[in-house]
Amino acid sequence: MTILAFAEQRDNTFKKTAFEIVTAAKKLAESSGAEVVGIVVGDKVKSIAPALGTYGVARVIAVEDPKLSQYSSTAYAAIVANVAKKIGADVVLFPATAMGKDLAPRVAVKLDGGLAADCTALRWENSELLATRPVYAGKALIDVKMNSKCKVFTLRPNVFTAVAVGEASAQVEEHTADLGDAEYSTQVKEIAQSSGKIDVAEAEIIVSGGRGLKGPEHFKLIEELAEVLGAAVGASRAVVDAGWRPHDEQVGQTGKTVSPSLYIAVGISGAIQHLAGMSSSKYIVAINKDKDAPIFQVADYGIVGDAFEILPALTQEARKLLGK
Amino acid sequence: MKIVVCVNHVPDTETKVKVSPDGKSIERTGVNFIINPYDEIAVEEALRLKEKQGGEVISVSLGGDTHKETLRKTLAMGVDKAVLLKDETPRDTFSVARALSDYIKELQADIILFGKQSIDSDTAAVGPMVAEMLGIPSVTVVVKLEIKNGVVLAEREIEGGHEHVETRLPAVVTAQKGLNDPRYPSLKGIMAAKNKPIEERQPTPAANKVEIVAMQKPAAKTPGRIVGTDASAVPELLRLLHEEAKVL
Ligand SMILES: Cc1cc2nc3c(=O)[nH]c(=O)nc-3n(C[C@H](O)[C@H](O)[C@H](O)COP(=O)(O)OP(=O)(O)OC[C@H]3O[C@@H](n4cnc5c(N)ncnc54)[C@H](O)[C@@H]3O)c2cc1C
Ligand SMILES: Nc1ncnc2c1ncn2[C@@H]1O[C@H](COP(=O)(O)O)[C@@H](O)[C@H]1O
Repeated sequence: MTILAFAEQRDNTFKKTAFEIVTAAKKLAESSGAEVVGIVVGDKVKSIAPALGTYGVARVIAVEDPKLSQYSSTAYAAIVANVAKKIGADVVLFPATAMGKDLAPRVAVKLDGGLAADCTALRWENSELLATRPVYAGKALIDVKMNSKCKVFTLRPNVFTAVAVGEASAQVEEHTADLGDAEYSTQVKEIAQSSGKIDVAEAEIIVSGGRGLKGPEHFKLIEELAEVLGAAVGASRAVVDAGWRPHDEQVGQTGKTVSPSLYIAVGISGAIQHLAGMSSSKYIVAINKDKDAPIFQVADYGIVGDAFEILPALTQEARKLLGK
Repeated sequence: MKIVVCVNHVPDTETKVKVSPDGKSIERTGVNFIINPYDEIAVEEALRLKEKQGGEVISVSLGGDTHKETLRKTLAMGVDKAVLLKDETPRDTFSVARALSDYIKELQADIILFGKQSIDSDTAAVGPMVAEMLGIPSVTVVVKLEIKNGVVLAEREIEGGHEHVETRLPAVVTAQKGLNDPRYPSLKGIMAAKNKPIEERQPTPAANKVEIVAMQKPAAKTPGRIVGTDASAVPELLRLLHEEAKVL
């Protein structure tokens, strides 16, 4: 049995999820005797590929071409599917990131395989591969199995922990992309970075603000705390709809589903749609002046009080604690 | 321009999920169903494309008779024609995508719009799967869309920024919040929709690859500790985060 693990890179740097994916693959392999093969796609990516060895992968396939320097869903999907066929992959793992979620469905169709998206656990049971995934925005969890020969999974970021096992560097094989023009039909032309911002979907810590902040101008209190903690800024839908914060910060059922290690909700009531998007965070802190706000039902620690008083104190004390 | 928009009918976001006795699905009684919120954005985008460039908008939903309610809503918003691929069998995304693509193939559409994801299954896969089955490009999680002379310029959300993607029609686009603000159907639209027929079709039979073996509610969280009621609680909160939770 062979497991193909897609190691996402951008600008020739592996994303944290790349190490999570290969570690997950390695774990599945250990309990089943499967071989893990890493795959990295891009321009001049051969040089970064050996680093996957640190996470226990012995063999990595690098597909590089100047034309692959920017992401192309059509080309990347064709490449991954071609490699999967060549090595006879039974399982293909992607991160459930913007790139992984874009690719996995196309690759699944090319391989005539089932797809389980945004999985939070993978395990063998009676030699069958079972995946757990949240549905209804985390209000329920399902276990699924697949009857297709090839099985495709995307794994939720921040859930599978990357484990370095040593200094070993992986054996890198170079494969050519070997695609026609049609396969490059979809091309990223440019990436507009939100300047220096940490995205809620990738953050270890999130400080989120809601309507309790009273106005967009008060979000600087949230931003200051986020900066000290190295956190991303999140928002409730109420403040996104009010135009106080951009769409990409919205957490919840119709925003982003997040699972950081720490989620700090300030002036957020904890509506069911908001909880759906963040209740799988490892630790939740609520700051709200209403002791009956539903957010306290899911919080590990809470302060019932005025955000305008607590936030500046929290920022100041955190700065001391973290020596900033 | 021939514009197709695929719409799903899902439990509304207020739904408190209860697992039904079969242990594999949710209790549906008492649940209010709505058009999938992202699909409403896709419908709005379809209508705007038509308003700008002319053409026809067809909405398609795969499911039981209850999906007609959502199709009716798309008609009320201004869609020209609604089609129900009538089938009650539970399907995985592959099987949904197969039925949709088999039907859409006949239509020779220029653009096929989807929501970013269904808020029930949360798979975010049917759109790109249909594109792959039709052998056409897809751009997912789109927050800005422009089409000129068959060229598609789309902005899609990625971690920490936006990708500007270029491709050509025919193509699949999946809609993310921020692409537009969906219109409310006008009273006239709602009245007119009552009389418009909904075409029924027999979809390609389900052939699922993924099977649900169990459904559970996530372990309920026990409410935590109230550390205090004013700023004097801040040092203790930080101590707990640092020493007990070890997240700082
Ligand atoms: C289809 C649909 C989808 C939705 N999707 C989402 C989603 O993805 N994400 C989402 O967040 N919501 C979503 N919602 C909206 C959701 O129902 C709530 O309306 C929203 O989450 C409320 O935002 P809020 O908590 O900021 O505001 P409110 O509910 O108004 O809460 C404000 C809170 O601030 C507290 N407060 C006030 N002043 C202070 C102060 N000085 N100090 C401390 N606390 C204070 C109040 O006690 C209150 O609890 C959705 C709704 C629908 C219908
Ligand atoms: N049963 C269905 N009928 C029509 N369109 C659907 C159906 N299921 C999903 N879709 C479309 O596919 C998108 C993504 O769904 P999913 O992959 O289930 O998250 C939705 O936003 C809809 O546009």
